[in-house]
Amino acid sequence: MLASMLFAIGSQLSPEPGSSGIEMLETDVFKLHCFQTLTGIKFIVLADPRQASIDALLRKIYEIYADFALKNPFYSLEMPIRCELFDQNLKSALEIAEKAGNFGAGS
Amino acid sequence: MSRQSNRTTDSKKMNSELFTLTYGALVTQLCKDYENDEEVNKQLDKMGYNIGVRLIEDFLARSSVGRCQDFRETADVIAKVAFKTYLGVTPSVTNWSPAGDEFSLILESNPLVDFVELPDNHNALIYSNLLCGVLRGALEMVQMAVDVKFVQDTLRGDNVTEIRMKFIKRIEENLPAGDE
Repeated sequence: MLASMLFAIGSQLSPEPGSSGIEMLETDVFKLHCFQTLTGIKFIVLADPRQASIDALLRKIYEIYADFALKNPFYSLEMPIRCELFDQNLKSALEIAEKAGNFGAGS
Repeated sequence: MSRQSNRTTDSKKMNSELFTLTYGALVTQLCKDYENDEEVNKQLDKMGYNIGVRLIEDFLARSSVGRCQDFRETADVIAKVAFKTYLGVTPSVTNWSPAGDEFSLILESNPLVDFVELPDNHNALIYSNLLCGVLRGALEMVQMAVDVKFVQDTLRGDNVTEIRMKFIKRIEENLPAGDE
C-alpha cells in the first residue's frame, strides 16, 4: 500500500510526462530503491546511501521471488510471503550484496 | 561486474518422458474425476491459468525481454522465446488477421502429447488445453486480455496442431504506474 501511494504521488509530482513513479529516493540517511516489473509488482529496497549494486540486487530478488514464492504451489498470490526458502535465499542475496557493495566504490 | 546465477536447475535436465507421463497422469485422473470432456477442458484451462500467472514472472525475471510494443511483437516473443524456453519447441506464427489482432501458432511437435493417442470416447477432449490457460494467465499479468484456443490438434486427426490467439483488450486497471 505504501508502495502504491509512493508511486501514485511520484507519478503526479513528476515534471516529466509519462513518469513511471519513484525509482530512487535519496536522503542523507538512506536510499530507497524501487524496481517495478511489467506485471506491476514493486520491489523496494532501503539501503545505506553508499551501498552499490542495488540494481543487481533488485533483479536478483525478482528471481528469488519467481523461484521460492511463485513456484511454491502453497503460496497464494498477493499474500504475505511466509516461505522459509524464500527468506533464506533472500537473506543470502542481501549478504552477498552487502559484501559486494563494500568493494563497490569506483566500479 | 557479472551477476552470478546460483540457479542449480540450469544444469539439471529433466527427462521429458517423465514430464509427458506426469501430464498424462494428470489428464487421465481429471477424466476419471469429472467423466465429462468439456469439464476436463475447463479444469485444464484453469490449472493452466494458475501456472501462467506464476510462470510470467519467472519468464520476465530471467529473460531480458521488455514490454512489447504491439501484438506482433508479443506473438514473436511467445513463439521464439517463451515456447523455446519452456517447451523446447519453436512454433511458427502465421495466419494474421487483417486487423492484426489474431494469429496462429503452428506446433510441429508438442512435448505434452508424445506417445499419446486419444480414444474414441474422448472426442471432445482438448488434451493440451493446459497450454491455453498458461498463455491466457501469463498475458493477463502483463495487462493483455486474450482468447486462446486449439483450432487444430494432431491428436484429433489434424495434420498440425494450431493454437489461435486473439487479442481482446488491454486491461486498464492495475496498470503499473506511469504506463498510461
